[in-house]
Amino acid sequence: MSDSDNNPVNDAPADEHEPARKQPRIIACNQKARQLASMVLARRGAARALTQDPPPTQYPYGCTTVFAPGWEVDSSNGTHGLCQPIERDLYDCYHTCYWPAQVPDGVTNAPSWTSSCGAPMQDWKSIDLVFP
Amino acid sequence: MQLRTVLHRRFRDESGTEFIYLANSAAILALDDPTANVVDAFTSEGGLDSEPWLKDQAEPSASEATLNDLIDLGAIRPVDETPTPRADLPPMPFPMATLVLNVTNKCNLSCTYCYEYGEDKLVDEATAGKALMDEKTARDSIDFLMRSSGDRPQVSITFFGGETLLNFDAIKTAVLYAEDQGAKNGKRVHYSLTTNATLLTDDIVDFLTTHRFGITVSIDGDKDEQDRHRSYKSGKGSYEVIEPRIKNLIKQNKERNGRPIGARVTVTAGATPVVDTYRYLAGELGFDEVGFAPVTAGLGRDYALGEQGYERLLHEFGVLGDEYIAAAGRGESHGFSNLGDLIRELHQGVNKAHPCGAGLGLVGVSTEGEIGLCHRFVESKSHSIGTVQTGLDEKARSEFLAQAHIDKKTDCTQCFARPLCAGGCYHEAHVRYGKATAANLHYCDWIRGFIDLGLRSYGRIQATNPAFLTRFDQQ
Repeated sequence: MSDSDNNPVNDAPADEHEPARKQPRIIACNQKARQLASMVLARRGAARALTQDPPPTQYPYGCTTVFAPGWEVDSSNGTHGLCQPIERDLYDCYHTCYWPAQVPDGVTNAPSWTSSCGAPMQDWKSIDLVFP
Repeated sequence: MQLRTVLHRRFRDESGTEFIYLANSAAILALDDPTANVVDAFTSEGGLDSEPWLKDQAEPSASEATLNDLIDLGAIRPVDETPTPRADLPPMPFPMATLVLNVTNKCNLSCTYCYEYGEDKLVDEATAGKALMDEKTARDSIDFLMRSSGDRPQVSITFFGGETLLNFDAIKTAVLYAEDQGAKNGKRVHYSLTTNATLLTDDIVDFLTTHRFGITVSIDGDKDEQDRHRSYKSGKGSYEVIEPRIKNLIKQNKERNGRPIGARVTVTAGATPVVDTYRYLAGELGFDEVGFAPVTAGLGRDYALGEQGYERLLHEFGVLGDEYIAAAGRGESHGFSNLGDLIRELHQGVNKAHPCGAGLGLVGVSTEGEIGLCHRFVESKSHSIGTVQTGLDEKARSEFLAQAHIDKKTDCTQCFARPLCAGGCYHEAHVRYGKATAANLHYCDWIRGFIDLGLRSYGRIQATNPAFLTRFDQQ
C-alpha cells in the first residue's frame, strides 16, 4: 500500500516471512484514498508501537496504554508528558487522566491533600497522608 | 470469515493498469495484478471464506497481507457487516454559502424548451410574483445571507432570471450593498451571473468585469443551433444580437484578466454534435469553458433526448474527453467543463449525501424575497422554505433534506455512481415524477456512463501526468 502516487512506498511487510515486493500492491490515487491510506498506516503504526515491533515511529497521544517502563518519549518527543517518574504520576493521574492508582479524592473528601506540596518532584514527601 | 468486495466500479487505463472506485468512500485505488486477482476472487454475491482461500494461495503470507490492505481500506468487508449509517443531516442550521437571486422572472427570449415558461413550468403566471426584484428585497437578501452564513469567510451571490440583465438596477444595488456589508461582516463576496447575452452593453460589461463576476452565457451553439430554440417571442432568432456582444464581453474580460467565462449549452434532440458546438464556442467565440446539459423535459416533449440521444451524447463526450486528456498530458487546461468538474470531484473523493447544495448551503430567492430550494424552485409555493425577511423555515428545510437523503433512495442502493449522483437534480425529478425527492431513474444509464467516462479519464491522466491532478486538491 502506498500513500503517494509520485513516490510510492511499500507498506512494511505484515510479517518477516513476507517477501518484500519491489512494486506497491495498491496505490492510493485520489485525495480520499490518500486520507484512507494514511489513516490505515497510522493505525498500524500505533499498533506496532504498542508491541514495540518494529521500533515505533509514531507515539500515541495522552496517557500511554502500557504500564511498564519502556516509553521513553511522549508524543512530542519529550519526556514531560510521561507518567514517569512516579512522583509526576501522582499529580498527572489526579488532575488530567484516569489511572487506576489510589490517590485521595480531591473533590469532596480531601480537597486540600496536596496543599502542602507545590512541586511533587522535589517535595513529594511533604504531601499529607489521607486516611479514608 | 466470509468476505466480499463492497459496491465498486473497476476500470483500467490504456496500459492495462487496474483501478477500483469504492462507492462507500469514493476512494480510487490502483491495483497491481496480484491485488486485482484478490479483488476478483472476493467479488461475488455470497462472498468467499478467506481461510480456505488463503491456504490455496501460492504465497499465503503475501496474499494475506494484500487481503488485509483491502480490508483496512474498506474494499473488502465481511458479508454480514452492516455499514454504519450516515447522519440524516449535517449539524443544522447549516450555514448558507450561496444565494441565487432571481432578480426577474421575465425574459426577452422565448426559448421553446424553457423550464420556467415552457410546458414544464412550475409556476402559474397568474400567481407569479412581481416581475422585477426591487432594491429593498435585494438588500434584504444580502442581509439574510450575512446573518445566515455563520462564520464562513466567503459567500457567493449568483444572479439569475428570467433574463437576469432585465433588472440590472437590482444587480447593481445588491453588489454595492454586499461590498459594504461584506466588509462590515468580514466576509469576501463572490458574484456570478447567468445571461442570454442579449442585453450585454458596454456599461454592463464594465460593471461585471470590475466586480470580477463569474459569467455564464446560455447559448446553444452556432447560428443554426442557437436560433433553433433560442428565439424572441416573434420567432426571430437571437444569434445575430448576441454574437457581437459575446465577443465584446470576452475581449474586455480578457483585457481585465477576469474570471473564466463559460457557455452553458442546452442539449436537445437532434442537436449539432457537441464536439462541433464545443469547437465553435471555444474556438470561434473564445469561451474559456463550455458545459453541456441535457434539456430538462417531461415525458413526450419532442425536444427531449431519448435513449439514443443520451447514447450519442455520451459518445461525443468521449471524443471531447480524449481532447481533455491529451491537454492534461501536456499540463494544459481544456474547457470541457463537464469533464473538468467531474475529474475534480473524483479526485477529491466527493461522496454526497444529497445530490446538490439546494436547501443546504444554497437557496434561491424570488423577486419578492421568498426562499426556494434553488433558483429553479423559486415561486413554487410547495417548495418554499422561508423568506429573506423572516428567515429560513428550518423545520421545512430539515424535513425536505431528510427526505432527499441518499439513504432514502432505495433505488440507488446498488449503484456505484451514488457518491456523485446521489439521485440527481431535484427539479429534474419534480418535472419527471412530480416529486423532488425522487431518484431520476430515467437517466441512470447516462449518469453511470458519464461517471464511467470520468473514471477512465482519471485513470489515463493518472498514468500520463498525475501532477495535473494536484490542481484539484482540496485544501
